Parts: sequence; structure tokens; C-alpha cells
Amino acid sequence: MTRREKVNTMKQSRLGSWIALVIGTLYFVVPLVGTFEFSLRMRRGEYSLDAYRSVFADSNFQDSFLYSCGMALATIFIGVLIVVPTAYWVQLRLRKLRPVIEFITLLPLVIPAIVIVFGYLRLYNSSSMIPLTAEVWSTDLLLALSYVTLALPYMYRAVDTGLRAIDVRTLTEAAENLGAGWTTILFKVILPNVRSAILSGAFLTFAIVIGEFTMASLLNRPAFGPYLQLVGANRAYEPSALAVMAFVLTWACMGLINVFGRAKQTKHAG
Amino acid sequence: MAFLELKEVRKSFAQNVVVQNFDLAVERGEFVSFLGPSGCGKTTTLRMVAGFELPSSGSIKIEGKDITHLRPNQRNVGMVFQSYALFPNMTVAENVAFGLKVAKWQASEVGPRVEEMLNIIKLPHLATRYPYQLSGGQQQRVALARALAVKPQVLLLDEPLSALDAKIRISLREEIRSLQRKLGITTIYVTHDQEEALSMSDRVVVMNEGRVDQVGVPFEIYNQPKTRFVANFVGTLSVLNGRAVDGSRVEIAGQTVAIGRGLGNAAAGAECAIALRPEVATLEGFGGQGATMNSADRAERNRLTGAIDDVAFLGSVIRIKVRIGNDLLSLDTFNNPGVTPPERGTPATVSFSPADVLVLEGK
Ligand SMILES: Nc1ncnc2c1ncn2[C@@H]1O[C@H](COP(=O)(O)OP(=O)(O)OP(=O)(O)O)[C@@H](O)[C@H]1O
Ligand SMILES: [Mg+2]
Repeated sequence: MTRREKVNTMKQSRLGSWIALVIGTLYFVVPLVGTFEFSLRMRRGEYSLDAYRSVFADSNFQDSFLYSCGMALATIFIGVLIVVPTAYWVQLRLRKLRPVIEFITLLPLVIPAIVIVFGYLRLYNSSSMIPLTAEVWSTDLLLALSYVTLALPYMYRAVDTGLRAIDVRTLTEAAENLGAGWTTILFKVILPNVRSAILSGAFLTFAIVIGEFTMASLLNRPAFGPYLQLVGANRAYEPSALAVMAFVLTWACMGLINVFGRAKQTKHAG
Repeated sequence: MAFLELKEVRKSFAQNVVVQNFDLAVERGEFVSFLGPSGCGKTTTLRMVAGFELPSSGSIKIEGKDITHLRPNQRNVGMVFQSYALFPNMTVAENVAFGLKVAKWQASEVGPRVEEMLNIIKLPHLATRYPYQLSGGQQQRVALARALAVKPQVLLLDEPLSALDAKIRISLREEIRSLQRKLGITTIYVTHDQEEALSMSDRVVVMNEGRVDQVGVPFEIYNQPKTRFVANFVGTLSVLNGRAVDGSRVEIAGQTVAIGRGLGNAAAGAECAIALRPEVATLEGFGGQGATMNSADRAERNRLTGAIDDVAFLGSVIRIKVRIGNDLLSLDTFNNPGVTPPERGTPATVSFSPADVLVLEGK
């Protein structure tokens, strides 16, 4: 092959990847732009933010969004309390159990949410031994716990990766050697070192909880997911506005994950 | 009574016995090294003293107090790890202060103590740096300061220098030793580097397959090894196989060698082996130590003839291998600019004093 031919094939392959990139971007961007454009057309004949105004003015929107945010925070809190010590202990003492734990944490991805929630309703209905659905607060608790289950694969994976990046065993021993007990080790040594991993798990959890429909709907709680569904079925322009907002929110979460991940990387590289 | 005492300590993981019959008494302020090949149980023994492993049987005492079953955080024993193990989320000062805060030192005393420790390790200017901003040698010095800040009764170091490059290793070796002397802290130092063990320690514990082979001051370990393993592991040794003639003579490749320390009751004709350090043998007619010896000494010396097998020029020292029968005898002579080293294959006579012959027990 001559030099020129080489350059040509290189140009060709570069051209190929550009084409792929453009097609991919179009596939992704066109519907988004379409949705966005449509969401601006509530007022006849001109673009306006009326659809957004209408969404924000809806008290159901505010209530359900705040409710889901609260649920997301509770889910993150409970999730961190369960996942961090578990992942830590598995890493420290139960390495052989790791495949088993990983399999368990992956189950929520395999079992459809609807199956899980029907299981819950059978186990915890108001005439059962543990009547969690009898009261509003306990139903909320059940919902938060079911969100913890749904987010488990993401949370566990994020935290486990964070723990693998540090030498958990030696750090634990060093702290123990200096007289520290378990709570000190966990809160002063382990948690601060996996903070960015926990944060990325937390943002993923947030995104999942905000959009979740099945659990909240079947447990009959006023969450954001069911609200989205309701609006989508009954309105024309507002669903597009909501879709755009949900998209922005999700990408903001992704961006934050990146920012925190990057911050940690540069800290270590520097 | 010794300050730190290990009695009949034994450790097995499942069926696998890793440490056994481990007896050791360390005096207050003593610097003791554990020396042995990889996998001989040095780290395991050290971890039992720190409390990270529970002995299968036996006991460990500090100042007469049995600590065998105490949790690691209840012992007053400082540890320095091979991988430094500094807390990545804390600055140098916070790392050093960690143990003090855990031990609930008054806030007004923590600061001065941290400062004092950083001065001792000569890094006061790095107090606000994070571990990832330090070199390996600096990190290990901080780890040392962190371990010493809480005033432990015993300091344990597990191959603290093996991750560092040669130059820093030697300077830090001297720094650790002088710091240890200054503070008078009882120290156990694990290493598989014999030079490190011999140069730093008050006493060396040579370990082999989970057992203590010999405990002694470096001079003893090197010059009077008790077992064939110690003799081979510490320093270079040439082993010559032969047969006993009587209680004080051995026949090697048809030549007779007198030995200072007797063979005991070996029967005539029994197989036996003698060993020589490279620095005790001289090549006749080739400068070295033999030249300065008086004639009485010279008359008593053993002579073995063979042929030069290899000559390695190491600079100030020339290491020559002489083939005697089926065995090779290594000897070191100082370089002499006026004398050319011998050629390979030329006949040679080696001489050595009967007192320098080591008789090896066991196989
Ligand atoms: N937790 C454990 N479970 C099972 N076997 C172990 C464990 N820890 C150590 N061993 C075994 O005990 C033996 C001694 O290990 P140890 O780490 O004490 O050796 P060492 O003398 O420190 O070696 P090195 O110089 O390589 O560090 C090895 O054969 C090792 O495989
Ligand atoms: Mg070791």
C-alpha cells in the first residue's frame, strides 16, 4: 500500500466514524428537539413557555415532585446505611461471599418491579402479620424500602467500586492499630474515602426514584411518576414540557456524577 | 523478665501450620529483626503481636501482661505497614493526629504533639499536604510518626522499606534506627533483606518454615550459624562435601582439611560437609590477606588445590570461584591495581585457617 492509499483509507475510516456519530446524534437529538419545539407551541401561532408555566402552576406537580424528592432522599439515606457497611464487610472479611452478594444485588434488575410490588402487597397488606400498608406513614416507609431495592444494583456497584479503589483492609488495620473502634473506622476512614462513589450512587438513585411509576402507583402514593403518567394521558403540551424537564434533571444528575468523579480523579493524579 | 515475650506461639490456617514453637524474649528498648525467606511466617508472627491474627496456641505478653486475646485497638502497639497505609482523606498533620484524637487527647495537646512528631521526622513543612502529594519515603516517615505519636510500648515494622528505591532505603534505614535509639522504643522489624537485618538490629531472629532457626546478635548469626539453613541464607557460603577422617579432619577431593571446631563423634568415613565464607579464604600467590600473614599462621593454614573456574570483577572486590573436586569455592580478594586477576582454568591453591571452617549440621 502506498502512502497516499494509506492516508486515503485513514480518511475513509475517519469519515465512517463521523457518519456514525452524526447518525447517532441525530437519532438522539431530533426527537428531543421535536419534543422541545412542540412544548413551546401551546399558544397558537407563536412560541411561548405557556406549557411550562401551566406545569409549574399545577399544585399537583409541586406536591408530587416534592414528595418524590423527599422519597429519593429517604431512599438514599437508607440505601447508604445498608449498602456501605455491607459492601465494606464483604470486602474486608467475606471476600468469598462477594459473587453471592453481587448476584443478590442484581436481582432487582431481573425481577420486574410489578412482581416485587405484588409480593409486597401480599406480605404487607393491611390484614397481614406486618400491615405496613394500613397507615400512610408505613406505606411511605414500604415505598422507600422498595425504592432501596430498585436502586440496590446501582448503589452497591458504585460503592463497591469506590471501596476497591482504596486498600480497605490495610486502612482498617492501620486505624484499628491506632486504637479506633468500628464506628470511628467506618465514619472517619471508610466513608470519607468512598464519598464520591456514594454520591454517584445517590444521583443514580435520585434519577430512578423521580421517574419510578409502578411501585408508587400500586401502593397508591402521590409520587411524580404516576403524576407524569396522568398528565401524559390527559394533556397535549404539558407532557412534552415535563419530558424536557425530566431530561434536563436526569442530565444534571449525570453531570454531577461526572463532576464528583472527575474531582476525585484529579485529586489523586495531582 | 523480658519486656515482650512470645511463648510457644503457634498459628495455623486450616490444616496449614504457618508458625510453630515460636519463643522469643525481647528486652525493653531492643531492636530485633525477623529475617527469613518469603512465606516463612514473619508477617504472621508480627500480626499476632499486633492483634490482627489470633495465635492457635501460646501466649504473648508485654511487661508481664498477657495481651494474646486483646483486640488490636486495645493494645498499645504501633505498626508501620509496607504499603504506608496513610489515610488518603486526611492531611499529614491529621494523619499523625488520628491516634491522639481516638485516644481522646486534649485538643490543646494534640497540636504540639503533632508538631513535635513532624519535627522528629524532619517534615514540618509538609503538615498540610495530602498523602498523594508525598514521595514514598516521605509517606513512610509520616506513617512512622503516626505510629509513634501515641507513644506505643512496642513498634512493629513489616518490610517498611521494600517499596522504596535503593538509595532512600539505606538513608531511611539509618534514620529509623537512630530514631529508635533516641526514643528507646522496643522494636520488631520484619525484613527478608539480610543486609538490613544485620546492619540495623541488636539481635536477629532467623526464621525458616515457621520456626525460629537461630536468635543472636548479627556477628553471631553471620560467623556462627547454627544450622545449614542459617549459614546459607545469611551471606554467601561455599559448601564442600567430603568424608570425615577423624574428629578434627575432613577429606575433600582427596585432600585433607583440618577443622578448628570438631566434628563431634562423626565416624571415620562418614559423609560430611564443610563451609567457608568468601572473605576467609585466600588465593596463594595472589595478594589479598595471605600476603600480610606471619609465617606461623601460614604454616597452620589448610591448603586445597583446584582450578580457577570464574573471575568476577566487582570493583573494590574480586570474587573468584575455584573448582575443587565437584564443588565450587568462592573467595573474595581486594582489588590491587598492581596485580592482574588470574585467568580461567589456571591451577590455583586456596588457603584458609582451620578456625574459619564451618561444619554444617543437617542436610
Ligand atoms: N490469612 C491467611 N490464610 C491462609 N494462609 C495464610 C494467611 N496469611 C498467611 N498465610 C500463609 O502463611 C504463610 C506465611 O505467610 P507470611 O505472610 O507470614 O510470610 P512472610 O514471612 O511474611 O513472607 P513475605 O516475606 O513474602 O512477606 C504463607 O505460606 C501464607 O500463604
Ligand atoms: Mg510478609
